[in-house]
Amino acid sequence: MKSSVIIFPGSNCDRDMDVALKKFGFKNQMVWHNDDEIPKSDLIVLPGGFSYGDYLRCGSIAGKSRIIKSVIDFANSGGLVLGICNGFQILTETGLLPGILQQNKYLNFICKNVFVKIKNNENKFFKDIKKEILELHIAHNEGNYFCSNDELKSIEDNNQIAVTYCDHNGNDDEENNPNGALKNIAGIFNKNKNILGMMPHPERMIDPFLSGEDGSLFFENLIKSL
Amino acid sequence: MMVEVNEKIAIEHGLKKEEYKKICDLLKRIPNITELGIFSAMWNEHCSYKSSRKHLKKLHTKGEQVIQGPGENAGVVDIDDDHAIVFKIESHNHPSFIEPYQGAATGVGGIMRDVFTMGARPIANLNSIHFGSPNHEKTRNLLRGVVKGIGGYGNCIGVPTIAGQTCFDESYNGNILVNAMTLGLVNKNKIFYSKAAGINKPVIYVGSKTGRDGIHGASMASAIFDEKIEEKKPTVQVGDPFTEKLLLEACLELMAGKSIISIQDMGAAGLTSSSIEMASKGNLGIEINLSKVPCREENMSPYEIMLSESQERMLIVLEEGKENEAKKIFEKWNLDFAVIGKTTQSKNIELYFKNEKVAEIPIDFLAENAPMYDRKWIKTKLPKKNEYSKNNFKSLKLSDCLNKILTDPNVADKEWIWSQYDHTVMGDTIQKPGGNAGVVRVHGTDKAIAASIDSSASYCYAHPLTGGKQIVCESWRNMVSVGAKPIAITNCLNFGNPEKEKNMGEFVECVEGISEASKYLNYPIVSGNVSFYNETKDKGIKPTPSIGGIGLLSNYRKMLTMELKNEGNYLLVIGKTEGHLDQSIFSRIILSKFNGPPPEINLFNEKQNGMSVLSLNNQNLIETCHDVSLGGILTAIAKMCISAKKGVKLFPFKNLVNKFEYFFGEDQGRYIIEVKPENLENVENLLKKDSIHYDKLGLVESGNISYENDLKISIDQIKEGYKKWLKEYMVN
Repeated sequence: MKSSVIIFPGSNCDRDMDVALKKFGFKNQMVWHNDDEIPKSDLIVLPGGFSYGDYLRCGSIAGKSRIIKSVIDFANSGGLVLGICNGFQILTETGLLPGILQQNKYLNFICKNVFVKIKNNENKFFKDIKKEILELHIAHNEGNYFCSNDELKSIEDNNQIAVTYCDHNGNDDEENNPNGALKNIAGIFNKNKNILGMMPHPERMIDPFLSGEDGSLFFENLIKSL
Repeated sequence: MMVEVNEKIAIEHGLKKEEYKKICDLLKRIPNITELGIFSAMWNEHCSYKSSRKHLKKLHTKGEQVIQGPGENAGVVDIDDDHAIVFKIESHNHPSFIEPYQGAATGVGGIMRDVFTMGARPIANLNSIHFGSPNHEKTRNLLRGVVKGIGGYGNCIGVPTIAGQTCFDESYNGNILVNAMTLGLVNKNKIFYSKAAGINKPVIYVGSKTGRDGIHGASMASAIFDEKIEEKKPTVQVGDPFTEKLLLEACLELMAGKSIISIQDMGAAGLTSSSIEMASKGNLGIEINLSKVPCREENMSPYEIMLSESQERMLIVLEEGKENEAKKIFEKWNLDFAVIGKTTQSKNIELYFKNEKVAEIPIDFLAENAPMYDRKWIKTKLPKKNEYSKNNFKSLKLSDCLNKILTDPNVADKEWIWSQYDHTVMGDTIQKPGGNAGVVRVHGTDKAIAASIDSSASYCYAHPLTGGKQIVCESWRNMVSVGAKPIAITNCLNFGNPEKEKNMGEFVECVEGISEASKYLNYPIVSGNVSFYNETKDKGIKPTPSIGGIGLLSNYRKMLTMELKNEGNYLLVIGKTEGHLDQSIFSRIILSKFNGPPPEINLFNEKQNGMSVLSLNNQNLIETCHDVSLGGILTAIAKMCISAKKGVKLFPFKNLVNKFEYFFGEDQGRYIIEVKPENLENVENLLKKDSIHYDKLGLVESGNISYENDLKISIDQIKEGYKKWLKEYMVN
């Protein structure tokens, strides 16, 4: 399986994603933001970081970058696209995913482990993950998901909520909402479920010596389902 | 229009009358304003180390592990195979007090540049921050700003912040301390230095454009504060972590080739100190055409260009003919690139602007001939010990004391701070902040590097010589506690006004203590920084040297943590408990006693005890380890319990001291270890064989810490207070 990780100036989880993808069997290549084309891939990943410094709205410049047209074309033709953290922000800026990511509710950057509940398994990203609740890791300042009531209705009607923040028992209530995200949303799909944007970093949870290992389940499933 | 230089203007530049005279004598003429600016930048305390140089020579800086000691952008130590670690600590105290966000952010940016200048990719950041009393009106905002600044910069670059230290004391009310440390990983055969070599080699400017920010920053950092401090805001630099990230990647890309002769970041005193240092180390001259320097603002004068401290800039001496290859890389990363001069034979710095020569100074005058002072200093006598009697402890309860210590600002949990720092990016952080030390793996290998930062201002204030030794030992212990072999240290020496004999004495004796301990423990100092004049309106800080230590784990799977593992395991304390209370947090916050000597340091025991812990760990006989520091045995145990949500049943102890002295005394050289019952006999025999003193402390159990009929306290209860102090403080 071939994957491509896009490097924007300011990306800083590109190497971590490369390490994770390779660990679980992907043939990964790194693609520079100023390129026009993406080599043939089964999966495109927009990694975390601070693309172009994120001095404007996070992800907004990356959403207009040279490479992004190829990402949109790939996604629109049904290709699998994963955006983690800044990658999620970029996906909302391109319009591939609905809604936006605002500054965290308490206005602080948050770096910690969180639990998320998988809300929809009928897609390639979560299909064969046996657990319902995963322990993942967040590290962001703008992860507070928001969208209009109409968008939310459409997201819910189409089962587009991928994962929600919760506790270890799966309670996805306000008490277990680290950043103020609407409906505890930690990640969403597009309607066709071939695009996933998610704030938590599975690539930081792939080894028992790190913060945990549930990220491994995510990548193991991903390579199998492709 | 040129400003006429005279003594008054020189004094406004922070020079002393006699220093100005020396400049005129050396030049045999009156300098012009650009030259005066250059002298003032090179001769201030921050750049010239004029008060400290004499004493810094005494530091212990050698060892078989040392590849590069002090004098370069950062120190370099060998960690086996082809790997080396580049690391250094630096202060950004003065700017952070004036503008906490940018001051702290650019402190982090500056120290990372020092590390990647040498060819290393930064792999971990640490920081030590000291604030005034929590009740002081400025403390909360300064803390918030500094934490945001550190996070804002480090998080954006994508280097994990893995450990740190936060202290509060009213002596920092008018002068906070912000010390930032970075570790980088480099191939031993690909280290870059700042020493220029060869004549007519192109001098290249890369990075951000030069603006008017930070002019005279280094001079500001060499002055004491008064009520007009707010006026100094424009001397604080503004950080751009995005550009630094690009600069990092571009420099590392260029360094993969063979075109760089030498490279130096533009830190304090910007283009002035970087160009002069490169030429001075290479025993060369340098010629710069200031018209070619990329400027952000219009009509900048030579004076402003030379003294700007705009961030994210580097100076490189390239091999001839490699300009285009280098330019391509910097253009790819959208960074400025300009050939601004060349190396020369003249041994002078010569500056041109709009086709006119605007300055010419022999480099010797600026570097070697910089003033060096043998300042007067006084010794601090060892204070007399306090006598403690039963009366001192009469109405005290162990549980109340423990609660009070755990909720003290200097002990309470600092998660509110470190959860705002990305500590897991790069995917190799195997011990997070909050433990004995942060630990990151050497990517793709079995090795890992431990790092911590320590300071003990109360000990140093009471007796600088002992205090200096103590911090080095504490740093050493932090390495041992995670199972790492201590390798080397970097020091950030934060002191008051060196022109005052007491402050100068504190400096001299702390340095002596640091040197003695580091020599004994083979824990050499390979880099560092001095920050004097931490004084506002005549009130100076307590002497606060911070020690950043690093250690090596040859197999990261052997790393130890402080989290208790299993019920039924034994706890032992290694090292002797004499119950030393003077200068302990118990004495200060419970008995309100602030006098007396700090705990004594016995370097022989320190080394023996540490080596025995490492040896036990190598034989897989230890489950958990935590060093005993602030707050003594009971505080240490409480922290181990809180992180594991487990309890401990303490055994009656046999020492002939009071229980408060036993549980809260801050005797040095001690570790608490957790041992499985089946290993106990073996561990005891090994300790006895090496004549290591130890006490059996208790058993791991669930839920409570208990001691006879004197103490029973639930972990949930102490945890709540410990965890919430800082969070509540920041919300109010």
